[in-house]
Amino acid sequence: MWHAKTSRRNALAGIASCDRGVQLSRGLWLLALLTVSATVCHARGRPSPEASSQSAAFQWTDSQWGRVLLMKDYNTRIVIFGVAVLGGASGLVGSFTLLRKRALMGDALSHASLPGIAIAFIAANWFGGDEKSLPWLLVGATASGLLGVAVILVIRNQTRLKEDAALGIVLSVFFGAGVALLGVIQQMDTGHAAGLEGFIYGKTASMRAADARLIAITSLIVIAGCLFLFKELKLLCFDEGFAGAQGFPVIALDAGLMTMVVLVTIVGLQAVGLVLMIALLVIPAAAARFWTETMWRMMLWAAVLGTGGSIVGGLVSALFPGLPSGAMIVLVCSVFFFVSMMLGTRRGVIIRLIRRMRLNRRIDRQHLLRAMYEQLEKSSGGPDHPGLAERTNRRISVSLDKLLSMRSWSRRRLSRAIERAVEDELLRIQDGACKLTQAGFTEAARLTRQHRLWEMYLIAYADVATANVDRDADKIEHVLAPEVIDQLEDLLDEQGMTIPVPQSPHGPLGTGETLGTGETLDGQGVDADGYAGSERQRDASGGPQ
Amino acid sequence: MTGEPLVAWIGQMLPLGFSWSWGLDGWIVVIGSLAAVASSLLGNFLVLRKMSMLGDAITHAVLPGIAVAFLLTQTRSSPAMFVGAVIVGLLTAVFTEWIRGAGGVDEGASMGVVFTSLFALGLVILVQTADAVDLDPNCVLYGSIELTPLDTVSVGGRDVPRAAVVLAVVTVVNALFVLLFFKELRLTSFDPALATTMGFSSKWMHYGLMILVSVTAVACFESVGSILVVAMFIVPAAAAYMLTDRLGVMIAISVALAIVSAVLGHVLALSVPAWMGYRSTTTSGMIAVAAGGLFFAAATLGPRHGVLVKLVRRQLLSLRILCDDIVASLFRGEELEQPPPTATWLAGELFASNWSMKTALAMLRRRGEVADQDDRLQLTHVGRERGQRLVRSHRLWEQYLVDRAGSGAERIHDQAERFEHFTDRNLRDELAKETDTPVEDPHGRPIPDES
Repeated sequence: MWHAKTSRRNALAGIASCDRGVQLSRGLWLLALLTVSATVCHARGRPSPEASSQSAAFQWTDSQWGRVLLMKDYNTRIVIFGVAVLGGASGLVGSFTLLRKRALMGDALSHASLPGIAIAFIAANWFGGDEKSLPWLLVGATASGLLGVAVILVIRNQTRLKEDAALGIVLSVFFGAGVALLGVIQQMDTGHAAGLEGFIYGKTASMRAADARLIAITSLIVIAGCLFLFKELKLLCFDEGFAGAQGFPVIALDAGLMTMVVLVTIVGLQAVGLVLMIALLVIPAAAARFWTETMWRMMLWAAVLGTGGSIVGGLVSALFPGLPSGAMIVLVCSVFFFVSMMLGTRRGVIIRLIRRMRLNRRIDRQHLLRAMYEQLEKSSGGPDHPGLAERTNRRISVSLDKLLSMRSWSRRRLSRAIERAVEDELLRIQDGACKLTQAGFTEAARLTRQHRLWEMYLIAYADVATANVDRDADKIEHVLAPEVIDQLEDLLDEQGMTIPVPQSPHGPLGTGETLGTGETLDGQGVDADGYAGSERQRDASGGPQ
Repeated sequence: MTGEPLVAWIGQMLPLGFSWSWGLDGWIVVIGSLAAVASSLLGNFLVLRKMSMLGDAITHAVLPGIAVAFLLTQTRSSPAMFVGAVIVGLLTAVFTEWIRGAGGVDEGASMGVVFTSLFALGLVILVQTADAVDLDPNCVLYGSIELTPLDTVSVGGRDVPRAAVVLAVVTVVNALFVLLFFKELRLTSFDPALATTMGFSSKWMHYGLMILVSVTAVACFESVGSILVVAMFIVPAAAAYMLTDRLGVMIAISVALAIVSAVLGHVLALSVPAWMGYRSTTTSGMIAVAAGGLFFAAATLGPRHGVLVKLVRRQLLSLRILCDDIVASLFRGEELEQPPPTATWLAGELFASNWSMKTALAMLRRRGEVADQDDRLQLTHVGRERGQRLVRSHRLWEQYLVDRAGSGAERIHDQAERFEHFTDRNLRDELAKETDTPVEDPHGRPIPDES
C-alpha cells in the first residue's frame, strides 16, 4: 500500500508542479498512471487470510486514527480507492457536461437506468439465468442509459424543448417505467427484487474488490477517452456551430461524450448510489470552474477535487462509525464547493467583489479629478483663455459642496474618493477645500481629454446628439486603452480638432447653471450598477480558453 | 355505488381483464388526477423558465427538513414533517438561485450541488437520530398512491381520503395563483427584464412560484410518491408546449393531459400486468409512463411542432419543388427544341434520388402534366402552361434582381431558382410592372407571356 501512497503523492506533486506551458496530456497521463499504479498496488496489497489475522493481532495496539489514516483496514482501503478513482473520472467527464450545460445529465441517466435493470432481471429470470449477476444487470442499465441519452438528444435537437425539459422527461418517464416493472417483479415467484433498488441507492460502505476493479477499469477507459478526444470535446463545449463548420462530426462526438458519462454513471451507480454519483459528476466540476479559465486546468482541478473529496469523506466516515460514507463524501465535496465559490481565484465571489470594488474606486477617482478640472477651467476664465487656464488653475481650490453638486454622488462616497486621492498625492486639502497637486493636475487633464475626445468622436462619427453624448462618453472613458486614444486623436486630427484638452462640446462653460444641469444629468447614468453590469458581461464572455 | 354496473359493462365490452371498484380505484384516479393537475399547473411555468429539474431536486432535497422535524418532535406526525419539508424545499430554490446569481454557476449545476448536499445532510442527520430506521429514504421516494384510500378523514359526514382533501386544497390554491397572477406570471416567464421595468417584481413572482412548487411537491410525494410529481411537473406541460403557442391554451391542454394520464395510468397499471398473468403494478409509475406516451404522441404528431408532421411537411415541400423543377426543365428543353429527355437523365440533372423522382413523376402523371412517350418524358398542354408560368417567374425575378436590387448577373440564377416556386400571378404582374414589362431576361432569353 505504501507504493500506492508514494506513487499517488508523486503524481499529485507532478500535477501541482505543472506550469503554464505543460500540456493537458501530461497531467492527464499522470492521472491515468495514478489509476494504474493504484490498481496494481491494490491487487498486490490484498492480504491473504492468515496475514490479515496476524496483522489484526499485531495492530491491536494501533489507535483507531492511525489505522484509518494509514488505511490498514482492507475494507476502508477498497472503499477509499474505489471512490477516489471514481471521483477523479467523474470530475473529468463532469467538466464536459457542466460546460455543455447538462450538469444534471448524471441525474437523468441514473434514474433512466432503472427500467434496464428491471428488464435485465426479468430476462434473466425468463431464460433461467442468475438474475442478480452483476454484469448482466450492468448491461441492462447501460443499454437503458444509452437509450435515455438518445431520447434526450432527439428531444433537444428535433423539438423546440430545451435541455432541461429533455432531461426531466427522460428522467421521470424512464424511472416511472422502472418503478412499474419493479412492481411486476415483486410478484414473480422466483425473483426477489429486494436487491434491485439497492442497485440504484448504492452501498458505498460495503463496496467489494470486484466493484473497485470495475470502477478502475471504467475510469481508465473514460480518462483515455477524454484525453484522446480532448481537442474535439473542448470545441464541442465552447462552440458547437464552429465545430460543425470545421467538419467535426458533432453528433457523433456528443454521443461519444454521453457514452462516457453513461459508463461512469452506471458503474458508479451500483457501487456508490444515485445521489453520490450525481454529486461527484456535478460538484467537483462546478467547484473547479471558480479557480481557472483554462479547460485543461479546470479538468485537472475537477479531478483533483473529486479524488480529494472522496478520500477525505471516506476517511471521515471510517473514523466516525456513525457517519454514512456516501453522504460524508457529498458533504466534503460541498464544503470544497463552498470554499471554491468564496475563494476561487478566477470567479470566486470574494475576488469578484474585490474586482468590482477596485473598478468602482477607479471610476470614482476619475470622476473626482475630472470634476475638479472642469471647475478649475470654469473659474479660470474658461476656454477663452486656454493659456491662462494652463498656468493658473492648478492653484485654485474647490470646495467640497461644489464638487458634491456636480454629480449624483453621496457625500460619503465623495469624501472617500477624496481621501484616497489625497493618499496618492493627487489632491491636497487646504481649509476644507481641494486643490490639485502637479501630478493630480496632469492626470485630471488627461482624463478630461479622454472624455472629450470620446465625446467628439461620438458626435463626429456616431451621430450622437450633443445632449446625450456626455452620458455615453461617461460609460466608456474609464476603459479606454491608450491605443484607442491614439486612434481617436488620429481620427479627430483629420477633422482639424486636436487641442491639448479639447473644449467641451456642451458649449462655453461660462455660466454655472448650464454646467450644473448638464452634470447632474450625466451623473444619473453612472451609478455603480452600470459598471457592475459591464463587469458581469465581461465575466460571462470570458470562458476558459 | 351506481357506477359499478357501468364499469362492469365497459369491462365486458372491452376485454381489459381487471376488476374495478369505485371505492378504491375511483379514489385512486381522483387523487392521481388532483396531484397531476396541481403539479402540471405550475409545471408550465417551470418548463418555460427552464427549471424543469426543480421538482426532482426538491423531492430529493427535503430529506433534512423531514429529519429535523422528526428529531424535534420525535413523531412521524405529518404536519411537522410537512412544514419541515416545505421549508427545505423553499431553501433549495433560494440556494440554487443564490449560487446561480452570486457564483455565476449555471442553473442545472447549482441545482445539482444544492440538492445532493441537502440530501446527504439529511441522511447524516437521520443516521445520527437513533432508531430512525423506519424513516428509510426509500419511503420518501416511493409514496404509494394505492394506499391513499385507506387513510380517511371525515368531511361533512362522509369518509374522504386525507390525500384527496390535501391535494384538492393544493390544486385550488395553485389554480387561484395561476388565474390571479396570470398576466404577471406570463410576463415574468417570458421577459423578466420587461416585467421589472413595467413595475412587476419578477423576483417576488419567482419566489411565490417557488413556495407553491415546494408545497405542491411535498404534498404530492408525501401522498402519491415522488415519481408522479416529478413527471407531472414536466411531461404534460412539455407535451402541451408541443401543441400550442399560446400560454393560456398550453395550461388548459396540460391540465387535460394530466387528467388523461392519471386515468390512463391507473387503467394501465391494472390491465397490462393482468395480460401477462400478474396482479396490478405501481400506479404512479404507470401514470408517468402514460404521460410519457402522451408526450411522445404530441411530440411526433403535434400539428405545428410535431417531429413527424414537420418531417412530412418538409418532404411534401421538397416533392412539390421537385415537380416544379421537372416541369420547368422540360419546358426549357422544349424551348431549345431538344429531344425529350428520359427520366434517368433528368434525375441526374436535378440531383434527385431515384425514389423521389419516381414519386414526383407519378404525381405529375396523375395530374396530367407529363406524359410518357416510349420512356421519354413530354409535357402535356396543362404541364406546358405550368412550366411557362414557372419559367416566366424565374426570368422576371432575374430581371428584377439585376434591374432593381443591383445584383450581379452571375448570382441571380440561384436566387431566382429559389423564388420561382413561391411566386403567384399577382407577384408576377407586379414584377413585370416594376421592370417595365421586359421581353428578355438578363441572360438574353425570352420571357414567356402569362398563359
